Amino acid sequence: MRPAVRDAVLSALIALGLFAPMVGLVLSNGEQGLELHGRPLAAAVVVALVFFGRLGMHLWTHRPGHEARTIRKSLKVPAGTSKFLAPALLAAAVLLPLTGSRYYVDLGTLVLTYVMLGWGLNIVVGLAGLLDLGYVAFYAVGAYSYALLAETFGLGFWTCLPLAGILAAFAGILLGFPVLRLRGDYLAIVTLAFGEIIRVVLINWVELTHGPNGITDIPRPTLFGLRFSMDDGDDTVAGFFGIEAETIQRVIFLYYVILALALLTNWVTLRLRRMPLGRAWEALREDEIACKSLGINVTNTKLTAFATGALFGGFAGAFFATRQAFISPESFTFIESATVLAIVVLGGLGSQLGVALAALVMVGGLEMLRDLLSTIGEQMGSELFSGLAGELPTYRMLIFGLALVVMMVLRPRGLVSGRTPTARL
Amino acid sequence: MLTVTDLTMRFGGLTAVDRLSFEARPGDITAVIGPNGAGKTTVFNCVTGFYRPSSGGIALRHADGASFELARMPGHRIAARAKVARTFQNIRLFAGMTVLENLLVAQHNTLMAATGFGVVAILGPGRYRAAERAGIEKARHWLDRIGLTDRANDPAGALPYGAQRRLEIARAMCIDPVLLCLDEPAAGLNPRESEELNQLLLGIRDGGCSLLLIEHDMGVVMRISDHIVVLDHGKKIADGTPGEVRTDPAVIAAYLGEGDEEDAA
Repeated sequence: MRPAVRDAVLSALIALGLFAPMVGLVLSNGEQGLELHGRPLAAAVVVALVFFGRLGMHLWTHRPGHEARTIRKSLKVPAGTSKFLAPALLAAAVLLPLTGSRYYVDLGTLVLTYVMLGWGLNIVVGLAGLLDLGYVAFYAVGAYSYALLAETFGLGFWTCLPLAGILAAFAGILLGFPVLRLRGDYLAIVTLAFGEIIRVVLINWVELTHGPNGITDIPRPTLFGLRFSMDDGDDTVAGFFGIEAETIQRVIFLYYVILALALLTNWVTLRLRRMPLGRAWEALREDEIACKSLGINVTNTKLTAFATGALFGGFAGAFFATRQAFISPESFTFIESATVLAIVVLGGLGSQLGVALAALVMVGGLEMLRDLLSTIGEQMGSELFSGLAGELPTYRMLIFGLALVVMMVLRPRGLVSGRTPTARL
Repeated sequence: MLTVTDLTMRFGGLTAVDRLSFEARPGDITAVIGPNGAGKTTVFNCVTGFYRPSSGGIALRHADGASFELARMPGHRIAARAKVARTFQNIRLFAGMTVLENLLVAQHNTLMAATGFGVVAILGPGRYRAAERAGIEKARHWLDRIGLTDRANDPAGALPYGAQRRLEIARAMCIDPVLLCLDEPAAGLNPRESEELNQLLLGIRDGGCSLLLIEHDMGVVMRISDHIVVLDHGKKIADGTPGEVRTDPAVIAAYLGEGDEEDAA
């Protein structure tokens, strides 16, 4: 018992040091500018949670008859789970708009955007093993390609979608050339810089991109030429089908567009994996020198990985632009790259299902948690809960980090580890 | 077959290989031996395109008359076009991929051509299906020869050491080489595995592929080589059949005379 208490006290002290400034202090807009408030109760709650959590964990792992590593073992998912989990998730995704809830459809769209980005990045990081910290650059190129093509030439979403993808793929090749000789940490640094360069260019090339003001009034996608609009013209979806126009129709349409795009990404990835190109990517991840000795053109293989990953990032970017109808460089910060990379790593490098699950948990779960906290706050009239709900987005990276650390301890190879062979004898 | 002329490789001030000339005849097993640091692996890396020689020529002629100047080709082309395959002293398999996948990756260029360079085959099966079936058949043929057919679907990294060595050789053979370069294939093998390796290498030679071999295990070298080149300090000190080399005074001096006793084993 004594070592358990000592251990818990130590952990609580560390937590106090960390959370006293992070949770216990809050800045708010006061009458004379920013004001600093103390929030001892919230910090105390967090520290108490750490204390009892650590105490409980210590007692649990040191109880008589306890085998080491049982937590890890008990987390082992029975084989074949993915066989029905993937179709179940797909069915849930297809049926989601039937709930008719704008909240869920919007949330689903957000989650699917990250699923798609995760799958795109998975090609580069998970399959080809090229650590890319600047994936958001391709997302930005896709978004700005669509926005600028639409603004300048009046092209529609469906014309611009492939163009945005192709332009992003070119950006991928552009990034690929200088980094061909780099690996690991060095590659990560250069890709990080590339992501920042794109963002800085977007801010400063004001004549083209309108700089920090961003681009507004980006056209919405159409359904075979029919607009989603509240006026009852013949060229609107509502007018054509003779139904009442509602905003949710467009929201649901956008949801299915991103669902289709994400599924396209998944399908192409799964297909490519079973092809020589995908196998060469995986071989490249395993051993570049051996690839060379087998006559594989390492340069081209790397470039195709960058280009394919960027292509899907560009598609997602174009979708993002059309959904928001407004983009600015602020949407394409390093945090986005980090989030997508965290999703890929949490999900398990190379695992399509893992990435989807991780995006669902990390993006969808977080939103739902915020919602839950604010509901509790309202119900109980508790300042603490509604306050936490409001601040949750601020703690997003903290929660991501925590999740990564926990995963590192419990499942070092990601939510879904293990890889399916691409051919069998 | 392979003609090395005045090959020189310098690393800064160090001359690792010094005006080396030798020839590997078609259908022969040619061994390159010598004490540690004699420059054997450097010669290998030059032949297989991992180093670019400081000077000298490495010419390869196929049976059909096509000839290649290896010293001027980019690394991956040497395997893809000139059909020179190699293995590594420290095994370099794709450890996370299965045994079968390792053999399929080796057929990358053949299979890739059948996919219409990756794009067409995404959309439909087309002739890629047939190409992949042929690829798997070729892999099965080599798995049967190295006795790993029943482990085809296991990760390559999970195989025992000796099996990994054999798999690396099979993988190199999957590019249909005319010259197979082996960097210490017998290192770390027990006598029984070593004997199996001898049979495998002799079988490969009889199949029409020439071999170039670096080896420390004199038992293997003397038993299977048709021709031996002895290097010391980057220079050729002897060249001939196993019988000639064994009795060559310069070789005995290099191995026994100058404080390199350990290498005599």
